[in-house]
Amino acid sequence: MHEHDHAHSAHAPVTDRDELTYYEKRVSAIQSLLIEKGLMTADEVRRAVEDMDSRTPALGAKVVARAWVDPAFKTRLLTDAKAAVAELGIDTGTLSTLVAIENTEKLHNVVVCTLCSCYPRPILGVPPDWYKSVNYRSRVVVDPRGVLQEFGLELEQDVEVRVYDSTADMRYLVIPARPAGTEGLSEEELARLVTRDSMIGVARARMPHQSAVPSPQSAV
Amino acid sequence: MSAKFKPGDSVRVRIGAPPGHFRTPTYIQGKTGSVVAVHGAFRNPESLAYGGDGLPKQFLYLIRFDQTQLWNQYTVSPQDTLCIDIYEHWLEPI
Repeated sequence: MHEHDHAHSAHAPVTDRDELTYYEKRVSAIQSLLIEKGLMTADEVRRAVEDMDSRTPALGAKVVARAWVDPAFKTRLLTDAKAAVAELGIDTGTLSTLVAIENTEKLHNVVVCTLCSCYPRPILGVPPDWYKSVNYRSRVVVDPRGVLQEFGLELEQDVEVRVYDSTADMRYLVIPARPAGTEGLSEEELARLVTRDSMIGVARARMPHQSAVPSPQSAV
Repeated sequence: MSAKFKPGDSVRVRIGAPPGHFRTPTYIQGKTGSVVAVHGAFRNPESLAYGGDGLPKQFLYLIRFDQTQLWNQYTVSPQDTLCIDIYEHWLEPI
């Protein structure tokens, strides 16, 4: 925070951006037409957006934490993820098929959609921008270890890195490995260690002593 | 209707660029991998994308490739793999 000991110029008036982008205009035009033709209502659009916005990685984290504490649940999750997730009251209605893939000491899975941005939205919410970037989508298949390194994840040579390119009807959820030293934690505490990135596979789950936001390191 | 391939089968991805929408990335075309799982039968996106009914349904497979088979420069870690979902009409037996 800076000191307020100087005169501020008047704030610029708050305005929306002047110009919509090409795709914003196109979406808006299609939406108006569909509503005009009676194929859907504005309220349905609003409700769909509201539902999408209510989906966050906390849902996925709940699933992973349950899998960590309940081996029978984990088996069901790996066999039929959609049904297992439904046990926790999470509706994945719009998702055709959900597949859970497990990271272990010797296998690290990471997910991409090279063709577009397929993502298990009903349990992870809206994908991060980088997931949709051409950079990530094109590079993670060719050089997964290099890309993971850029995310701060160094993997041993003897770990198999397995990239999942979700090109079709399957949506993949990574079950990150449970961090060491978490034996005494409750399911709710464990869920807090499961980040969005760890469920895409570009990171490990947080260690219990790591806080969500790194604190600046003091210079030595 | 039954699936043409089963887990463990070696398959090659066809090479092609049919007009319109298809979901077989070019980097995987012509490559040889093995079937990991049969996901089931799904409507064909090449028809769905243009308002078609997507029928007949196509079996969809999870195919695994060795990264060293996909990229010449992939030499660091020979055990690394890539899994991808491919529809049956894009696969041929070896």
